[in-house]
This record gives sequence, C-alpha cells and structure tokens, in this order.
Amino acid sequence: MAKDKVISRKIALVGNPNSGKSTLFNALTGLHQKTGNFPGVTVDKKTARVALHNSMGSVIADYIDLPGTYSLHAKSLDEEVATNVLIDESNEAHPDVVIIVADATNLKRSLFLAGQIIDLGIPSILALNMMDEADVQGIHINHAVLQSRLGIPVVPVSAREKTGLQQLQELLVQKPVVPQLPFISITNLAPEERKQLQAEHTEWSEYKCLVKLHQEVKKGSTRFPTLNSSALQAEETLLRYGTIASILDAIQLKQQAVPARTRQLDRLLTHKVGGFIIFFILLFLVFQTIFFLAEYPMMWIEDSFAWMRDQLISNLPSGFFTDLLTNGILAGLSGVVVFIPQIALLFFFIAMLEDSGYMARVSFIMDKLMRKFGLHGRSVIPLISGMACAVPAIMGTRTISNWKERIITIMVIPFMSCSARLPVYTLLIALVIPDTYVGGVFNLQALVMMGLYVFGFVMAIGAAFIMSKLMKSTEKSWFILELPVYRIPQWSNVFYTIYDKVKVFLTDAGKVIIAVSIVLWILAGFGPGEEFKHIGAEITLLQDQHPEPNDSVAHEIKIRQAKQLELSYAGRIGKTIEPIITPLGYDWKIGISLLTSLAAREVFVGTMATIYGAGDEENTDPIREVMQREKHPDTGLPVYSFATGISLMIFYAIALQCISTIAVVRRETKSWMWPSIQFIGMGLLAWLFSFAVFQLLS
Amino acid sequence: MGEMKRHLSELRVGESAVIDSFTDPELQVKLLEMGCTPGEIIQVEKFSPLGDPVAYNISGYILSMRLAEAATVTIRSQR
Repeated sequence: MAKDKVISRKIALVGNPNSGKSTLFNALTGLHQKTGNFPGVTVDKKTARVALHNSMGSVIADYIDLPGTYSLHAKSLDEEVATNVLIDESNEAHPDVVIIVADATNLKRSLFLAGQIIDLGIPSILALNMMDEADVQGIHINHAVLQSRLGIPVVPVSAREKTGLQQLQELLVQKPVVPQLPFISITNLAPEERKQLQAEHTEWSEYKCLVKLHQEVKKGSTRFPTLNSSALQAEETLLRYGTIASILDAIQLKQQAVPARTRQLDRLLTHKVGGFIIFFILLFLVFQTIFFLAEYPMMWIEDSFAWMRDQLISNLPSGFFTDLLTNGILAGLSGVVVFIPQIALLFFFIAMLEDSGYMARVSFIMDKLMRKFGLHGRSVIPLISGMACAVPAIMGTRTISNWKERIITIMVIPFMSCSARLPVYTLLIALVIPDTYVGGVFNLQALVMMGLYVFGFVMAIGAAFIMSKLMKSTEKSWFILELPVYRIPQWSNVFYTIYDKVKVFLTDAGKVIIAVSIVLWILAGFGPGEEFKHIGAEITLLQDQHPEPNDSVAHEIKIRQAKQLELSYAGRIGKTIEPIITPLGYDWKIGISLLTSLAAREVFVGTMATIYGAGDEENTDPIREVMQREKHPDTGLPVYSFATGISLMIFYAIALQCISTIAVVRRETKSWMWPSIQFIGMGLLAWLFSFAVFQLLS
Repeated sequence: MGEMKRHLSELRVGESAVIDSFTDPELQVKLLEMGCTPGEIIQVEKFSPLGDPVAYNISGYILSMRLAEAATVTIRSQR
C-alpha cells in the first residue's frame, strides 16, 4: 500500500437523548474510548481514536460523543456544550464531519435537530438508527428519497445489531461534503440583527449568526433591544416542522405510534399503587445488593491490602520509607480501591435502569413529592444511592439538568447515612445504648440505629428545603421529559458506564484521597520535641527485642503507641481543639479521632483502638470495654456517658468527614466553593446539634 | 368561534384535543421543539400516581410535563 499522508478527521456524534447515540458510539469505538471534560464545565466528554480504511485510503478518525440534545438553541448546560462545539470553528472539538443520529422509530422529532445542523453548513451524515425496531414495527423508510430531500448522505443502521456500520465508516473515509440544500429559509428571521453580526464576522454562516444572536440575548446583551428571542425561535421551529411534514409526506411515512408493549408496561410501572410498590421493591433489592454483595469484594480488597502491607513490612527494612509506603500510601490506596465494588454495583443498576427507560418513570412518579423540597424527580435515585455511598451518588446527579436542583441534590446527599458511618454507629451504640427490648418486641439498639438513618434523611430533606429558599435561580425548572420506549438494556452500554465511572473515580478522587492520607500519616506519625523521638525509640527497641511479643509485651508496646499518638502533631492538634469540643462532651482523644476520621469516618474505630491501646481492630468488644472504663481525669466521671455517646452519634450523622466526598463534589461542581460551604456548613450544624443534644441530656 | 378556550391541563385520561397556542413564550419554544406544534393531536396517556406530572401521547411518543406546564397550552376540540 502506498504510504500516503495520513489524514485525521474529527467526527462528532449528535442526536436526541434516547436516540441510541451512545450505543452507536460504543459500537464504532469499542474500548478505545476516553473520558475527559469539556473545558470549564462538568459535562463529560467521550472521545476515541480509531483508524478507518477502505479501498481509497485510510483516515484516523477522532470520534467525539456530544451530549444528547433536542435543539441547537440550548436549554441546559449539556445542550449548550453540544451547541458550542458545533457552531464554534475554533473550539478544539469542532468536528470535520457530524454523524446525526436519528431514531427511525421517532423520525419526525429527530429531523428537527438534523435540519438545524444542515443549516449550519457542517458536512453531515444522517445515521438512521434503530432500524431493527423499525422493521419489527413495520416502519418502512425510503432512505433514498430522504437523502435527496435532506441533501446529505443517509445510512440505515442498527447500533444494537451492529448493522450498517461498515457503510457508515466507508462514508467517513470519503472527503466530507458540505450540505447542498438549506433545510429552511431564514431570510425573514431577524434580518437586520443578523446583518449587524454578519458585518463583524464575514466568515460566519447565516444560520450561525442566528444561533449566536440567541446566545447573546440569553447572556443578557442589550445590543438588540427589539429582538424577541423566544418568538423568533418559535417561528423558526414552526418553519422546520413545516419542512419536516413535507419530507415525511414525500417518503410516505405514516404517523408513528408508541409500541403496545411500552404502554402495557407503563400501565403497571406507573400505576397509582403498584407503581410505588414496584419502585420500593426495586429500591430495596438494589440497596440490599449494594450493601451486602459489595461486602465480599470489599473484604477481599482490604485483606489483600493487609497482606501486601505485611509482605512489605516483613521484607523491607523498617524505617521512614517503609512506614510511609505501608501506613501512608498503601493505607490511602486501600481506602480508594475499597470503594470500587460499591461504585461498580451502583452504576450497574443505574445504567440498567437508565438504559431500559425505567429511570424516566421514577422521575415521573416521584417528581411531585420531591418538588415540595426544592428537588426534582431526578433527585430520587442519587439520594437513595447516598445510603450506600455518597461518592457514586453525587456522580449520579448529572441527569438533573437544572443547575440549582442539581447543586441542592449534591449538597444534601452526604446527610444520608452512608455505609462508612455504620461501623461508627455500631461501636457507639454498643457503648451507650443498653441491649434491651422496648415493649418486649423492638430491640432498643436496632431502634437507635434506624433512628440515625431516619435522622439523616430528615436532615437531607430539611437542608434541601432551606437551600431552595435561599438560592436564587433564573433557570426555569421544568419537567418536559420524554418517557422513552422500554428497551432491554444493552450489556455493552452497562459495561462501558461502569468502566467509565470507576476509572474517573480512581483517577480524580483517588489522587486527593491518597494525598490527604499521606498528610494524616505525617501528622499522626511525627511530633515535635525529644519526648516524641524518645518514645518512638522505646517502641522500636521493644519490637526488636521481641520479634514475637507475648501479651504483656504487646500491651507495653500499645501503651507506648498510644502515648506516641498523644505527643504527635495530630495529638497536639487534638489537645488544641479540646476547648471547642468540650461543650459537646468530648475530650482530646475523641478530638484526635474526629481529626483522623476526616479522611474517612470508619477510621474513627481504628483510631480509638490505637489511642486506647485496645486489641484487634476487627473486634470491637475490647475497645468498647476499655472505653467504658475510661474516666475523666478531673471529675472522675465516665467519659462515655449516655450524653457523650448520643452527641457523638449525632456528630457523625451530620458532619462531612469524608475526603472522597469533598473531592468528588469539587470535581462535579468544578469549584472549591461548594465543597467548602458543604464542609463548613455541615460541620457547624454537627457542632450545634451535638451541643444541644449533650447539654439537654447531661 | 364561540368555543371556550380550554387548556391542556383540563383534559382527563384518554381524552384528546388539538394543540392551538401557547401562553408562556419560553415554554412555547421548548414544547414546539419537542414536536407539540399547533394542529397536532395530543392525548392524555396517564397521570402520575400523585396526580402530577402528566404523560401525553404526541406525534408518536410519550412526553410528560407538569400540570403547571400543561396549563400554558391552549387546546381546541378535535372535529
């Protein structure tokens, strides 16, 4: 083969939500895909580089999957990203060719966006997707006539069945051709204003000027005082549907109908009573699965990290670097990797529900309830997911298009009691709540546990309500939502979603978690002054003298380790913050635990074990006993009174002690402002509630 | 003439009508783009269990909207 210069070509996929765009992208690119972000916004940007060949030559295809959109006149952040990439030639993602993904079973609405892209004058190909379903429904589309009416190539494909892809790729290798026919004539749409813009930007197409006009008005420009943007868009839309009607007439397409299966399923799934019952059963199953199924792989992950740690400790010379590696980096890594099973499982369910079309129904049945609290129908799933783990839950809020509703959802998710709070609750409940039965049936400890979950939920809803009153938003909240046809989920789509989310979590949140773990390791492992060094030397000496220590030596070592922690920077900070936490009923030891559990709440149990020199971390009994015996040095009263215990539980139920959450909120909101407000706000609330509870009870 | 102006939000399950016009300019654009053009037949598919939002059958697919949004659509009866 002749070594021609290799041509690279940017190809964008554009289409309505539910048009099968992602399935087509997956079918065209496979595992070559990468996920990034469009500069400055949180919208996902999926790209992939694939080499395409045919008899005429070969090209390097740089695919980009643009967010699903109904119109170039953007109504949401996602849609705006798609518009900007398409109209702005200087945008790094601006394509050489556009694949317009149209749903053959819902052609009329698909052609609306297609017409706008044709009028932009970008070389385009219409991929007539879902041909398999169209065949089943007896829909016949004369694509030759459609092609001649649109003035761009039309290729029937089925991304699910992988048919027609070769023909599509063949066209992509050929030289892109600019559309020859305008879809509508925009002569009468804002001619004066367009002329003004055209004079400044002679290279812009007529339609690009019009789209830009609307953008300027939306941004608040007063340059065109007589321009009525909404009326103008309405006029354009009517013109487009006029053209569409004549095209549908020409290809003799009769009115398309909603498949009977979808209507039957809806009768059941959105039924007055049954709809809710099915939703709650599904929820219960999903929650149970995430909660219990993830436990095994999480255990394996923790065990293998512990094994690696032991291997490193026994094979490396003891010292600074080994300790950094094992107790800093490895501990941090373990804290990151351990979340993967929950994230993968959660997104497995979310992708299944989304891909099947059921998710839109959940929003449909829950919207009215959620709206009362300033949330949206789409907030339901992320909130519930928060009971497993806030990290994937926050990543799942992207489906909420209204910025204010999305922010509120993100901000209140961490109030939901996540699984990391469970070990803390377990320890504290065992400590201060008697194991008795109320009314002979209900276990008091279990009731308190349930109460904490309910408390978290009430806090979330309450905070949402208050935030919705405080936050100003010009963006309209609406529920004009397509309820898509029910489809069997695509395994490949589910797989790619999981793959993608896990990867994003590992690379983005992972970095922060490891960095903070190292800082915490430094704070807890180092201290000022000779005394700290001295006690460290004592521990080393004891360990060296007793490679296999008996119980009493182990006890001696643990006492010194506890003393070492007290003298460390973390310990000193604990002492420093003591005045702040004394009104809540805590001493400096609890202060250290509050500090170390900033990285993750479950660290509380481990820190307690270290401070009190108690036994095995896995077994809470010894720590519990030691903690129960603990007396306050001045008063001689037990440190862990009922009041302190409850106050601590409330503190853990509210405070945002989770670096992963902070990292993911920062990533999703692209600002440090929201995670700061969240961290400080939840911290203050935790302090106030704990203070009130302690003062009331003691 | 003489026919009273009705709104989409007044329709009950199974009833259908013809879209006539819109009272909210911003929502109008969104609804038009979604295929709710004047002259189209729109039918109530079903109400959400709590009575709001509502699912409509329009130009071959199901579109849901809140009652407050449906109240901005004026309709006329099908002849």
